[in-house]
Amino acid sequence: MSMHKNLDKHTPNREVDEFSGIDTTGHEWDGIKELNNPLPRWWLWTFYACIAFAAVYSVFYPAWPIGSAATPGLLGYSSRAELAATIDAVQISNQSMLSTIADAPITDIIADPELARFAMAAGASAFKVNCIQCHGTGASGGPGYPNLNDDSWIWGGTIDDIYTTISHGVRSPTDPDTRINTMPSFGADELLDKDSIDTVARYVASLSGLEGGINSPEGAVIFADNCAVCHGENAKGVAELGGPDLTDAIWLYQRSLESIQAQLQKPRHGMMPSWSEKLNDVTVKELAVYVHALGGGQ
Amino acid sequence: MFSGLAVDDAFRIHMGILTFILGLGAIIAIRLPQPAADAEDTTGYMDGPVRIGSILTVFWGVIGFTVGLVAALQLAFPELNFGPWFNFGRIRPLHTSAVIFAFGGTALITTSFYAVQRTTRARLFGGDLAWFVFWGYQLFIAMAATGYLLGITQSREYAEPEWYVDIWLTIVWVAYLILFLGTLLKRKEPHIYVANWFYLAFIVTVALLHVVNNLAVPMSFFGSRSYSLFSGVQDAMTQWWYGHNAVGFFLTAGFLGMMYYFLPKQAERPVYSYRLSIIHFWALIFLYIWAGPHHLYYTALPDWAQTLGMVFSIMLWMPSWGGMINGLMTLRGAWDKMRTDPIIRMMVLAVAFYGMSTFEGPVMSIKSVNALSHYTDWTIGHVHSGALGWVGMISFGAVYFMVPRLWKRERLYSLRMVNWHFWLATLGIVVYAAVMWVSGIMQGLMWREYDSQGFLVYSFAESVAALHPYYVMRAAGGLLYLAGSVVMAVNIGMTIAGRTRTEKPMPAPAQLQPAQ
Repeated sequence: MSMHKNLDKHTPNREVDEFSGIDTTGHEWDGIKELNNPLPRWWLWTFYACIAFAAVYSVFYPAWPIGSAATPGLLGYSSRAELAATIDAVQISNQSMLSTIADAPITDIIADPELARFAMAAGASAFKVNCIQCHGTGASGGPGYPNLNDDSWIWGGTIDDIYTTISHGVRSPTDPDTRINTMPSFGADELLDKDSIDTVARYVASLSGLEGGINSPEGAVIFADNCAVCHGENAKGVAELGGPDLTDAIWLYQRSLESIQAQLQKPRHGMMPSWSEKLNDVTVKELAVYVHALGGGQ
Repeated sequence: MFSGLAVDDAFRIHMGILTFILGLGAIIAIRLPQPAADAEDTTGYMDGPVRIGSILTVFWGVIGFTVGLVAALQLAFPELNFGPWFNFGRIRPLHTSAVIFAFGGTALITTSFYAVQRTTRARLFGGDLAWFVFWGYQLFIAMAATGYLLGITQSREYAEPEWYVDIWLTIVWVAYLILFLGTLLKRKEPHIYVANWFYLAFIVTVALLHVVNNLAVPMSFFGSRSYSLFSGVQDAMTQWWYGHNAVGFFLTAGFLGMMYYFLPKQAERPVYSYRLSIIHFWALIFLYIWAGPHHLYYTALPDWAQTLGMVFSIMLWMPSWGGMINGLMTLRGAWDKMRTDPIIRMMVLAVAFYGMSTFEGPVMSIKSVNALSHYTDWTIGHVHSGALGWVGMISFGAVYFMVPRLWKRERLYSLRMVNWHFWLATLGIVVYAAVMWVSGIMQGLMWREYDSQGFLVYSFAESVAALHPYYVMRAAGGLLYLAGSVVMAVNIGMTIAGRTRTEKPMPAPAQLQPAQ
């Protein structure tokens, strides 16, 4: 009541709002008045409860800065320790599997169903982080990036071949053991004239039944002289040299005569990083197991 | 001159743009017939900047929402990135600044000029100072917007403009503070109305935030690059102290000022509780400034700062809701106007969305909730329910209130069109927010999905691919909201032109019944 008296003294214009029956404060601005309603009780008590929660929480958790440190809180909580504990728990539960993979030759890993299953799961996870940027989420590749689901392998499809390719990459500038080859620039370096390029391109196209392909004896001769050394006499590829199979329906860039002509003129060469420089050997093994199992492992 | 001495191309072009704008402004100022000093203004108030501000608020709204729609479509269809000028990376700050600073800022300056004069019964202090503040701020907007498209940025979210634009804004803002304080000092009312407390808190705090966050050393006085005075986690903390309080003082306190004037005026009812307004004002001002660390959970920020950020955010819940209670309860005795008056309906929706977002905010600030929501679209949805729902709707309501009065029109061109605007905007917000909840929570769950052996289940790219349908729906929500603002632009334009639409009137209000 004392508050009402105070208001009375200072604000003689106080009146009673007709609709609500509540006093106004007596102030008025451009026709706006204020009712003298008290703070809603639920509002005030919820506010107090929030403050109480804040006070209690800040006792249990690190909160109040003192100089260059802060109160550690009764629970001794730290977000870094929490993260480390979560990672440790996973590491410990997987420890025996991880050390077996580390020690076992990769062929033994795929021979042991339990080990293979674990390595598959781990490899799938590592693939999502490191490989999908080029090979796609479904490992189906794209122009210039090989599809890993089929059984056509440029550098070989055995588990050891795949392991080596992942470890050292392809044309990786930083790894002396990387897989490397270079297709000559038959057109740009004038190793073959225009007509010969067209003839051999049409010959190659004919091997997989592409539109525009012509299986001519001249083409076969040019192929045998220039291409067979890397792509094989039957054009079925030479995995040891990274020479792709030219007789199947699987093409790295594009499945067309024009693409073959372009490659003969001035070839494109892809690059794959040497993953042993970035990932540990266990992860590389797991990736090899996963990729090997995608569909075309030999 | 600066153009000639420029050390980088972007600065050269930007100074060229500045010269062009200033030249154009000077020509217009000279050629324009001097307005017969408030010949038709019998109020004694300085309403020139308010009139232009009302028009520009609508203009910047339409621009800002359009750029937002473009950004939304770019996320759904990446082919729509036309680099380098119209890449998402430049369109996004253009959108955020256009809606917050161009639309929101112009709305705040305009409505504060309108409300402070009427609640103090005093003309704006400082003569043409109001014009300086008004056009100075518009120059800031133009420089910021062109800078983004040129790729000039100091990479601080919501504070992207470089050092020279920041210095200009500081000058304008100090002038705004002097103008506002001067007007309050020469008031003819014994007390200062609550709306003015909020407007003043907004002006003072934004000045502080802007200056501290933008402390930087220019690499050259003739170049567009600078280095922040802060580094590492201190830099991050300064940025989010700023960023969070840009929300707190620009988008909350400022617009509460707007709500406290325009809502009781339109409802023609007294403010519900004077005491609540005092308590929630001071609690809000005191608590908001400490809540910034909740943007940096699980980062290099020390745990103690994260804890304080969280508990202050939770304590902020009720002080924020004080504004909602005072807004909604002011309608006691005028609820029937929800049926008859689409402007009131708009303001009520604004306050409702204010309440929703200021509840969602503290919830998201709880660390375990934030572990799921952070970096996801949930945050985007949260911001937009506040921005489209609260900031947008209360500003629309204020413009609909002011325009007929400023141009002395009997009524708006069309109340039915306000109703259309209301429903288009409401539907747009609901679609937007709901879609972002779903996509954000899905995104967060996909990111943290591990199998029983602790291996990641989804790649990041898979989570991006999963968002596509939601991004399309979000753009549709944005389109609805934009459509509403276009309806408003037509309505306001016609009202200023002095036209009235022949239409079926809204239902008649019921008679107010006294308490038993």
